[in-house]
Amino acid sequence: MGWIKNTFHKTGSPRWFFTGSRGWVIGLYVVGALLIVVGSTWGLGFVPPERLQGNSVRILFIHAPAAHLAEAIYVAIAVAGFVFLVWRMKMADMLIQAAAPIGFVVTVLALATGIIWGIPTWGTGWVWDARTVSTLLLAFLFFGLIALREAFGREDRASRAVALLALVGVINIPIIKYSVEWFTTLHQPPSIEIGKRPAIAPVFLWPLAVNVLGFYCFVAGVVIAALRARIVEREAGAKWLRDWTSKS
Amino acid sequence: MAARLDVEVVTELLDMGGHGVYVWSAYALSFAALLGLGIWPLASLRARIRRLKERGERQ
Repeated sequence: MGWIKNTFHKTGSPRWFFTGSRGWVIGLYVVGALLIVVGSTWGLGFVPPERLQGNSVRILFIHAPAAHLAEAIYVAIAVAGFVFLVWRMKMADMLIQAAAPIGFVVTVLALATGIIWGIPTWGTGWVWDARTVSTLLLAFLFFGLIALREAFGREDRASRAVALLALVGVINIPIIKYSVEWFTTLHQPPSIEIGKRPAIAPVFLWPLAVNVLGFYCFVAGVVIAALRARIVEREAGAKWLRDWTSKS
Repeated sequence: MAARLDVEVVTELLDMGGHGVYVWSAYALSFAALLGLGIWPLASLRARIRRLKERGERQ
């Protein structure tokens, strides 16, 4: 268990994180981009049209990864909110600050691709049902995290309020997840669930899996890069950073 | 013959049985968003480090 405690303490150090994370950014960008190119080419050119949805099914390979990732980013932010409230870890606060705009963009992408997919398959781009409204709420939550910080004059108060909102807002995640099971909706039920056989044919499943992995890797790289930028801003007066910039 | 076949393949890929406009716009939007997300933190990091360096040189 010692190594977990050790890693936790190290991750809490902006200096340790900043100096050790550059390689991760490059690696995750490259692997993520390659996977997305492979998954998207596969999905666009090498998958047969679906029996009912025709060629519009190809939107699945970007819509589902974006939607899934948006939720994952929120969960990461909520965990960071908890860590900040309990241990006052500065890095957790910086993570929330770095990841919120990224989460917002990914959620808007999920909504936009959903609207585009809805037009040919549902006959409408938007319906006010549980899945779409809870996802829209997720976009507002990300936006709220950004706006709330700006609304406070004092940084420590802002950090605490944002962390609290991050933690409370996590209630929306199970609502999004189960919205297609609890409520009557046009949205299709989940295609893949842990512990169950996938409800979609392997021919659709594989490019989807590649793109999901690609989206996760690439955006993990983006979050780490954004966190590095935050560290430089907040630690601008720190000696270690001045030494680092004078050497680099 | 081969050239005509290529044109047909490309047209079919673009049109996708009438769904092309939805599929391609969704992919274009996604790639634009991912590209933007990828560039933004790198550019902001670079700008901040440059500012820090300039400040260090002045001191």
